[in-house]
Parts: sequence; structure tokens; C-alpha cells
Amino acid sequence: MSATARLPRKRFYRARAHSNPLSDSHFPVPICPSDVDFASHYPQFSGNPMVRFADVGCGFGGLLVALSPLFPDTLIIGMELRDKVTEYVKDRIHGLRPTNPGHYNNISVVRTNSMKYIPNYFHKAQLSKMFFLFPDPHFKEKNHRRRVISPHLLDEYAYVMQLGGILYTVTDVDELGDWMKSCLQNHPLFEPVGEDEITTDPVVKLLTSATEEGQKVARNGGQTFMAIYRRVASKED
Amino acid sequence: MEEGLIEESESGNSCTDEAAPALIAVHPTESSVVVAVGSELRIFDLKGDSAVSPLDELGGPHHSASIRAISFSSDGELFASAGDDKIIKIWKTDSWNCIRTVQSEKKVSAVSISQDSQYVTFADKFGVVWIVSLKEDRDTKAVPILGHYCSIITSMKFSPDGRFIATADRDYKIRITVFPRNALKGAHEIQSFCLGHTDFVSCLAFVCSQDQSKGFLLSGGGDLTVRLWDYISGSLLYTCALDDKAGILEASEIEENDKRAVTDICASSDGSLISVAVQGFNGVMLLSCDLVAKTLSFVKNVSMEKSFIPTSLVLVSSKERLWTVMGASNLTSSDLNNNNQRLLTRVRIISFLQKDPLDSCSRDPALLEDSQVPGGEKLLMQLQGCLDAAAQEAAFAAAAAAVRTSLQNMMIKKQYSVERRELRKRNRNDKKIKS
Repeated sequence: MSATARLPRKRFYRARAHSNPLSDSHFPVPICPSDVDFASHYPQFSGNPMVRFADVGCGFGGLLVALSPLFPDTLIIGMELRDKVTEYVKDRIHGLRPTNPGHYNNISVVRTNSMKYIPNYFHKAQLSKMFFLFPDPHFKEKNHRRRVISPHLLDEYAYVMQLGGILYTVTDVDELGDWMKSCLQNHPLFEPVGEDEITTDPVVKLLTSATEEGQKVARNGGQTFMAIYRRVASKED
Repeated sequence: MEEGLIEESESGNSCTDEAAPALIAVHPTESSVVVAVGSELRIFDLKGDSAVSPLDELGGPHHSASIRAISFSSDGELFASAGDDKIIKIWKTDSWNCIRTVQSEKKVSAVSISQDSQYVTFADKFGVVWIVSLKEDRDTKAVPILGHYCSIITSMKFSPDGRFIATADRDYKIRITVFPRNALKGAHEIQSFCLGHTDFVSCLAFVCSQDQSKGFLLSGGGDLTVRLWDYISGSLLYTCALDDKAGILEASEIEENDKRAVTDICASSDGSLISVAVQGFNGVMLLSCDLVAKTLSFVKNVSMEKSFIPTSLVLVSSKERLWTVMGASNLTSSDLNNNNQRLLTRVRIISFLQKDPLDSCSRDPALLEDSQVPGGEKLLMQLQGCLDAAAQEAAFAAAAAAVRTSLQNMMIKKQYSVERRELRKRNRNDKKIKS
């Protein structure tokens, strides 16, 4: 048994194995937010563009495409783990831009694992909205720690969100809905958004209608469970 | 058939995986010194000039597997030890009696005592930091306060003012979290992330000078750099690359393509003297921090005997001495006459006494001979296990290689084939502790 096995050399953007054990792909991870070339994602925006909305687990890009015209001056990024799906979203956006001049320049996608690398992409208090649409339920109790909304991970999401920023979650699995709501309710840096505000927020109806997953649930007549919370300041002194 | 073979080579691997480095900790006033090697806590009381055996009058178990983390509290009254046996023991340092044994679900990689000595935190190898309050009932279980998702926490330190807790992991990250008054409810407010290391972060040290209200953080890592951070904002102030520093390449016995890493760092509280241990380097590198200019500079290397590669460092500012130890949980005496196979360590001390008190630059580090060591032969016998450790060169060289391999195995995430993965899943034993 050799004790001096060679280790691969690392590039500046390290290539790491996919966290999903079923797949062997690699993707580059930025060392820190300043290293991310967001300008190349949004070529029509000059200066130092700051992303404000993040769609965590954006899937095939339904929400991104629906949000884009509602917030034309806001930069929105989708984050997706699966490489083929990310390529799809890229191709979709690159197909939409030339056929709709002046539109869809404010959305883009990166392939990454949001559960590990959110602080690598965003500065403190950068985001004003975060979306978690139909996340993987991970039913078995031993897999609960793989859920994208959890008490520990909410610390990181709170860190990248502005005070007053809003975090949206929706699922068709009622147990997961209870879980997410309970994690958010128990977290000291999040407070529920009031009903009246929810009814006037133009984004809310997109949660269930904009994505393929949401449309499928509606077709099957399923119920959806939302938990919408605002990032607030810590209560300590 | 094939599965059996896979099992064998797995267990072959685990032997090298378990080469845990020896650790050293010294009471802030240097009244006692502790070396942890394998599952042993070797304690020498310098004030009373005698070796000490720790007691557990509550009947709790002594450590049964490699100790991975030890720490004194800032006032020196408490001492914590934890490791691969999944227990954390908290000791009173006047009597060396264990006042509490805490159970962890997973192996422990770091332990720390809060500045007010009220809480003990420990990090498990799944990246979760747990806490117990020493004011609570002894049987109360630890609660989780924060987590580095799916990573191993390599170092955990409280800021000197106690307001923050810094945790570093193998995924190149350092997280600075506000440590709240009621810490049992969790530490949810992240102050900053210090991102910049291009490889695992292995060690942390806080620095702040008396005339500066701001505090700074030093870190060392697998990218062979020491970095200076403003931990309040998370900004990287300075990076000192150690790979081109004089002497390290010549003195190194590692092949060119092997990675070298910073393994330990300690600093005087004002940052003027920083000591760094590097894999493959038989000595200590000295750096200095200018807190006004916010820079780090290389001062010099202090070489020790060949094959002495320190595995742990601690600076006693009050005595201007740097204590270093080298050892591993698989390093035993090669003396065939000695049937009692004790684990060996080697302790060396560097003194920084200033020759000219008016000129702080005239600090000349001096490596103390065994005869000059505080506590003398008694201390060396207790902590090293023998007096002729210097003669065991081959054993120390092998131990250094084993420690290096086990660190790399821990820091680089293993990639298993599908069959191996399924086999490992079947043999999982991380059962939750039933309440």
C-alpha cells in the first residue's frame, strides 16, 4: 500500500467531484464572490453587476423566464446541480435573447451545489430574493440532512440576504412543507411575511405556475404548500 | 470473493488513516504541560515538578482512541480533550479531575472553551459544531449550534473578546459566527466568511494588539500559505506564500509533486511573533505581522534535528517560549529490549528571550537543549516516554510520513467505486444516540 500516492494538481478554480454520488461530473467552484465573472453572464449590463435574486435549484428555468420581464433591471441567477439541465437553461436563455431584443438579458444560470457554495457566489447581504421551488423531499429520516432548507443552511441563506429580503419556498409534499415552515419559523433571522403582503406580491403566483413542476402539480390537481419569510435583524441587544 | 479482498485492502488503508498527530498544550502561566498522543494524556505539573495522572472520580471512561483535539481555557482552569472515541472530557486543571464527559455522535475533530469558561464547543467530522454549558446538569446532552455542510472542521477558535467563534474546514472556508449570549439556542448569525485559501484550511490563530481596537485572524492551509484577515469584514489583508521561503525545499524530504501543507500556527497576542509548522519541514518557520500596515513577513526558519517535524505548537507569551512536539499514534519505540511499547514523542522548545530589551528586533530564537528544558528530565520522561527520543530517527521519519498521509486522506474527499460505496453503506455505524 503506497503511502506516497500522487495527488492531482489544482487549478485556480478547483474542479471538484459532483456531490451527487450517482454522477461523476466536475464543476468549477469560485474561491470567493469577487472571483465570479458575473459580467459575462449579463453582457448588456455594464459596470459591476450585482445579482439580486437567486433561484436555488432552478431546474429547466421556468421561474427565471417568468421573472425576467417583471424585473427588467434586476439581475437574476439560477443555480442548478445537474449539468445537462444547466446546459438546457443556458441554451434556452441564449435562444430567447436574440429573438426578443432587449429582453432576457437579466437572467442567467450557473452549475453549482447551493448547499455548499452559496457563500462562494454572493457577498454578505447581497440578495433581496431567494427562491426554493419544489425542492427534493428526501423522505427518509437519515436523508433529512440533505434537504436544501435546514436550520444550519438557513444561517448561510440569511447571511447572503439583505435585511427585508424575502425567501420563498413551495412544495407539493405536505411533510416537506411542514419541515420548511418549521425551520424558518424557528430561525431567529427569519419572520413570516404577512398574508396581505403575500396577496399583493406579483411573484407569489409564479411559484406555482411558472415552473414545469408547478404546472404538473396543477394538472394533477395537487395541493401546494408555501412558506414565505422575510430576513430580519437579530434580536440580541 | 472479490468483496473480501476489497475489505482487506480497506482495513490496510485504515491503519495509515489512524496515524493521529501528537498534540501539545500549555497552561497560560506555564504551570502545566499536556501532550496528547494516541489515547494518552500525558501531563506534567511544572509548579509541583511532578508527573500527573488524570482522574475520573465520576467513573467515566478514559480516552480509548486517538485524541484529536485538546485545549486549555483562557484562564487555564479548565482543559478539554476529545477525539476518535467520540467523547469529550472536561478537566479541572488544579486537581486534573474530570468534571464532565460528553458523548458525541461522531468522531470529534476540534474542541474549544468559550472565553468566559461557561461553554465547551466541539466539532464533529460531519461539520457540525455542538455545545454544552458547564452550568447545566452533567447529564444534559450537547446541542448543535452551527454546521459547515458536509465538511470536516479542522480548527475552531473563539475570538479574544469572546464575541465570535471562527471555524475552518477542509473546503477552503473560514466562517466567523457571532457567539450569542444564549449560545444553547444556536449561533445563527454569520459575521463573515474569510474566503481565499485555495486548499483546505488547517489552523487558525487570533491576533490583536493592545493599542488596536480591531482584531485580526491568521490562518494556514494546504495551499502552503499563511493569510491575514480582517475577520469582521472577511477581507483578506495579506497572503504569505511559504513555498519559496529559504530552506524549505532543501530541508524537505518529500518528493516534489507531493503537496505540502501548513499544519499548525500560533501567534503572540500582538502578532509580532508567529510560528508555523509545515509538513516535511524539520523545524518551525517564524513570521511577523505588522498590524498597522496589515502585512505579514517572513522572519526566519528555525531548524531542528533531521526527522523532527513538529505536529503541534503552542506559544507561551508570558515566558516567551514556543513548545513543540512531534509524535503520532503509531510511533513506538524500536528498542527490541523494551517490551513495554510506549508511544514516543519528542518535545523541543524555542526560547525568544530578548537580548536587548530596547530593541525588539534583536529577538534571537534559541533552541533549548534537553538540559535547559523547564522540568528537565522528569518532564521529558513523562511527555516523551523516554529520554533518548533523539536517537529514534527512523521511527520519527516513518511517523511523519504516516501523519502526512492521514492528513491528506482526511482533507481530500475520497472517491469510491459504486460497489465499494454500497458496501460501506451497509456497514455504517453512525447510529443516533437514543435519548
